[in-house]
Amino acid sequence: MRRLTWFNTTALTLGFAFLYLPMLILIIYSFNESKLVTVWAGFSTKWYGELLQNEAFLSAAWVTLKVAVISSTFATVLGTMGALVLVRGGRFMGRTLFSGMIYAPLVMPEVITGLSLLLLFIGIGLDRGVFTIVLAHTTFSMCYVSVVVSSRLVSFDRSLEEAALDLGCSPMQAFRLVTLPIIAPAVISGWLLAFTLSLDDLVIASFTAGPSATTLPMKIWSSVRLGVSPEINALSTIMIGIVAIGVISASLVTKRASLRQQAEERAAVQA
Amino acid sequence: MRRAALIFVPYFWLLALFLVPFLIVLKISLSDTALAIPPYTPTLDLGNGWQGIKDFWAELDLENFEFLTSDDLYWKAYLSSLKIAVISTILTLLVGYPIAYGMANAPDHWRPTLMMLVILPFWTSFLIRVYSWMGILSSEGYLNQLLMGLGLISAPLTILNTNSAVYIGIVYTYLPFMILPIYSALERLDASLLEAAEDLGCSRFTAFWLVTVPLSKNGIIAGCFLVFIPALGEFVIPSLLGGSQTLMIGKVLWEEFFNNRDWPVASAVAVILLLILIIPIILFQRNEQKQREMDG
Repeated sequence: MRRLTWFNTTALTLGFAFLYLPMLILIIYSFNESKLVTVWAGFSTKWYGELLQNEAFLSAAWVTLKVAVISSTFATVLGTMGALVLVRGGRFMGRTLFSGMIYAPLVMPEVITGLSLLLLFIGIGLDRGVFTIVLAHTTFSMCYVSVVVSSRLVSFDRSLEEAALDLGCSPMQAFRLVTLPIIAPAVISGWLLAFTLSLDDLVIASFTAGPSATTLPMKIWSSVRLGVSPEINALSTIMIGIVAIGVISASLVTKRASLRQQAEERAAVQA
Repeated sequence: MRRAALIFVPYFWLLALFLVPFLIVLKISLSDTALAIPPYTPTLDLGNGWQGIKDFWAELDLENFEFLTSDDLYWKAYLSSLKIAVISTILTLLVGYPIAYGMANAPDHWRPTLMMLVILPFWTSFLIRVYSWMGILSSEGYLNQLLMGLGLISAPLTILNTNSAVYIGIVYTYLPFMILPIYSALERLDASLLEAAEDLGCSRFTAFWLVTVPLSKNGIIAGCFLVFIPALGEFVIPSLLGGSQTLMIGKVLWEEFFNNRDWPVASAVAVILLLILIIPIILFQRNEQKQREMDG
């Protein structure tokens, strides 16, 4: 008895308008000719041109991209290991502490994570810069990866792996040839999650960056504190565009994959 | 051997970069501010052996925590963070529930698209989503232009740099966290239960209140915690949308550290914030566990 009443339709329309209108307005006004962001003065792409001339933004974007690629890759390796330990580690000393350390960073306020890492880096005399941001991002993203991968591992049928071992695989081969392909979708979404978390992070990067490195969110932050600016609108539009293309194509790919799988299963039943 | 290595690597990483840093915060919160580099005393001097460790312990005290209780600013900031987090969690629930309910009642072939539309904002930059409201809420912003254009108000409303703007910001950015758990609870709800309630003489509204709401309780609880916990320590939203009178503890910690350079007090603020957060975090974990046991 599921039915879409006028109440449901109104809630959905208003709800999605609330979620999307602010971003839509931002996108529209990024093409505004005027320096005054709230007054429309005709269509122009000049702010995109100015953005591409802005060395500070470009170099910050480059730093951010570097940090995100490196930290999300490390986080995926460490996080997958963490998930294997969580789901299959069995009993070992300090298991409770381990799972606590995996889940705690997910709910820890960023200001605390940032502060504590900064105090550590200063305590051991590590020069702050790109390297320390990578360490910080790897640490909090690996926990997200662990959670994503372990939810896939829980539903994994271990007899497949046992069959591979019976057929003469070494444990490493069994992992590479059987386990990894099956958990691959979770590992990939873990990487994507870690990548976006790193791209997005302002607070932890501000604590751990030091004076020598500036990431894009830090650059945006110092500029938006002074108010709304057309250049930031243009930059936001580019970033929203990239994410939208990424998410929509990813969901189309998964949809097609699941359709293909359904077709194969149907063919198998008929055969 | 291989298993030991597998456990050791992530374990060691988290010990070194999560637990140890936190112990350092705890230690510095018990130290005194000093004009030195680093700006606190005592520092642990292992060169002096056992005597050095004893001297170090002797100098730690609760002075910073006493300072936090004596200065109005801090406990007011904690209370006001709690108030803002509670009110915005309730507002997010009121906005999110109808959306999740609408999604659960939508035709099957719409649902993947609706899901994607809820998740998409989560992947876009948090900072940009907060920033997008600055242009809308400012006194010459789009909202005031619209309301004045329609003749509903004659003078612009002041919304940006007030607590109302902070509420709007939190509801907007955390809405997906509220919608998703409620939607997944509602989606699993057996529609024949509602039919039964209506057959037995309930009105649609009573059936909703007596059947749907209790059966989506776990989703509501999970959603509320997912909004409340991060909102309590929020820094970006009160800094961009709030005004000088908006007190939130994340902002106080940031200013204490970066502007006043008072590391011991900033650390003490962090320790207390964490103590406050432990209660909702444990409650949330317990709710999740109960949910898993019911499913399993």
